[in-house]
Amino acid sequence: MTSQVNAVFDERREHGLLVGYLPLGFPTVDASVDAAVALVENGVDILEMGLPYSDPVMDGLVIQRATNTALEAGFRLAQTFDAVAAIRARVDAPVLVMTYFNPVLQYGVEKFSQELEDAGGAGLITPDLIPDEASEWLHAANAHDLDRVFLAAPSSSPERLESSTKNSRGFVYAVSTMGITGARTDVDSAARGLVERLRSAGAENIGVGLGISTPQQVSEVLEYADAAIVGSALITALADGGPSAVATLARELSAGKH
Amino acid sequence: MQQGPYFGDFGGRYVPESLIAALDELAEAYELAKLDPTFTEELAHLHATYTGRPSIITEVPRFAEHAGGARIILKREDLNHTGSHKINNVLGQALLARRIGKTRLIAETGAGQHGVATATAAALFGMECIVYMGEVDTQRQALNVARMRLLGAEVIPVTTGSRTLKDAINEALRDWVANVDNTHYLLGTVAGPHPFPQMVRDFHKIIGEEAREQVLALTGALPDAVIACVGGGSNAIGIFHAFLDDDGVELIGCEAAGRGIDTPEHAATLTLGRPGVLHGARSYMLQDADGQTMESHSISAGLDYPGVGPEHSWLKDLGRATYRPITDDAAMAALRLLSQTEGIIPAIETAHGLAGAMEVGRELGPNATLLINLSGRGDKDMQTAAEYFGLLDGSA
Repeated sequence: MTSQVNAVFDERREHGLLVGYLPLGFPTVDASVDAAVALVENGVDILEMGLPYSDPVMDGLVIQRATNTALEAGFRLAQTFDAVAAIRARVDAPVLVMTYFNPVLQYGVEKFSQELEDAGGAGLITPDLIPDEASEWLHAANAHDLDRVFLAAPSSSPERLESSTKNSRGFVYAVSTMGITGARTDVDSAARGLVERLRSAGAENIGVGLGISTPQQVSEVLEYADAAIVGSALITALADGGPSAVATLARELSAGKH
Repeated sequence: MQQGPYFGDFGGRYVPESLIAALDELAEAYELAKLDPTFTEELAHLHATYTGRPSIITEVPRFAEHAGGARIILKREDLNHTGSHKINNVLGQALLARRIGKTRLIAETGAGQHGVATATAAALFGMECIVYMGEVDTQRQALNVARMRLLGAEVIPVTTGSRTLKDAINEALRDWVANVDNTHYLLGTVAGPHPFPQMVRDFHKIIGEEAREQVLALTGALPDAVIACVGGGSNAIGIFHAFLDDDGVELIGCEAAGRGIDTPEHAATLTLGRPGVLHGARSYMLQDADGQTMESHSISAGLDYPGVGPEHSWLKDLGRATYRPITDDAAMAALRLLSQTEGIIPAIETAHGLAGAMEVGRELGPNATLLINLSGRGDKDMQTAAEYFGLLDGSA
């Protein structure tokens, strides 16, 4: 069993990793593929491609608007696999799909996993699926050798941090703050404490996300975490300035690596 | 009796990890409170001195002439303080929130009944209150917005998604994730993650417990059918629950068929939906092939919801309850009929149950006794009703 994501962490841990999030289908499927490729060409180590969903309760306005745009433009779930394959054909970085659970459930957990594996995808990040409810997905992830990234929060009990750690493969997604996605002036000091608690729970690869938008914040987070995850800021750049702006921002952010 | 987190294949906790600690805390506090006489006595005292419980039953023979001559009895939750059944759950949860030290209540509302009830409890207990309401609903229920603001609540119109109840729940969940330390999400129906479906049901089951005794005292027998409208399903679960073990009693939920179940404009979740995950629980829901939630439609804001509580999904699959779709037009006809035959103006939500009872009465015939949950009063719906029937001078 080999994890694409683990391999990248093993290789680059000392510098820290940059994980970049973009929604599939925003502003179009082709443009989101081009933007994802641009991220990797400018220093992003792992891609997190969001699957547009009608009720994204973990997301702030920037991601809501982008995923709504994708859905209104007619994005269909089945396009996910072609898009992942298209990205993988052009760059070597692992592609995790960030998705709320219902689309996977409706497509069929087994079928979704099979097609993601076939497309060369690395696995899933599941913001509204806790390990307690994930037995079907964990079974399929094992069968198809896919990474599964569960979330850990500042409010999580020690038992729950152990559960997130034990059930995750690839990395554990440490939510920096009690809140939803979106750029913030300061990365919450809760993030550092959470990462320490995750280390005690046995987590090896820890990515911190929510509220990170500048090279300084990336650098600060990488002092204690293995990866910094940036989303909303990249979408804003893509929306305002197109592929060249998102490439520029990725290059700036990756300067925050050590 | 199912205690959750699962009802058969339904229910669960499909929420971000950030909320799990709060759900655990709530579930534990609720389990302790249930067994604590000071909690149950305090709630009973509030119901006796504030809500106006027990609510009465009213037999409606003139209305019943239009329902196949069946005997029809209404459980008058419309006479509760704030005008609907919603206060039962709100007072219970507000007491619980106070026990666990939360000072801020947030709520979603569709028709405004739950928002008004939550704003009322917040005023009574001196708590801060934020109500999320879809922008579409703030327009069709403008008077309830004013009521909530008068009670001291902040009403935030939700402009994302379909701008109705579903999106108000999304916004409330986002607020809760960010403010869970001092905030209780006072969810208004038997949907959402565990423990909400079970806890909200428990706070409403007093409806059926009272009604069962009252109908027995009046008629000497159990009713043949118990009927209620279903959006999320709180008033229906509340009246159904005391009758679950009474095999001879049919349980019938009436959901909104909007402009018709052969059109895309309906909210007939149990009739036309299929199981999926929405707002933290696995249940029937209206969704497309990709699992994207579809927009619902109903003339009634309170039933305009593409999901339903997980216990209803379970009762449907077990066959213990049946669910039928009622169109906007059938509901409005029943609303006018009850007003003009009995002098009782029901909420438009409730009128779906009345229209269903007219069908059921004709099916079961004159020897049947039907118990209907008259879940809310129609004052809040006057603008919609006036427009629908052309009741204002110059509007017809």
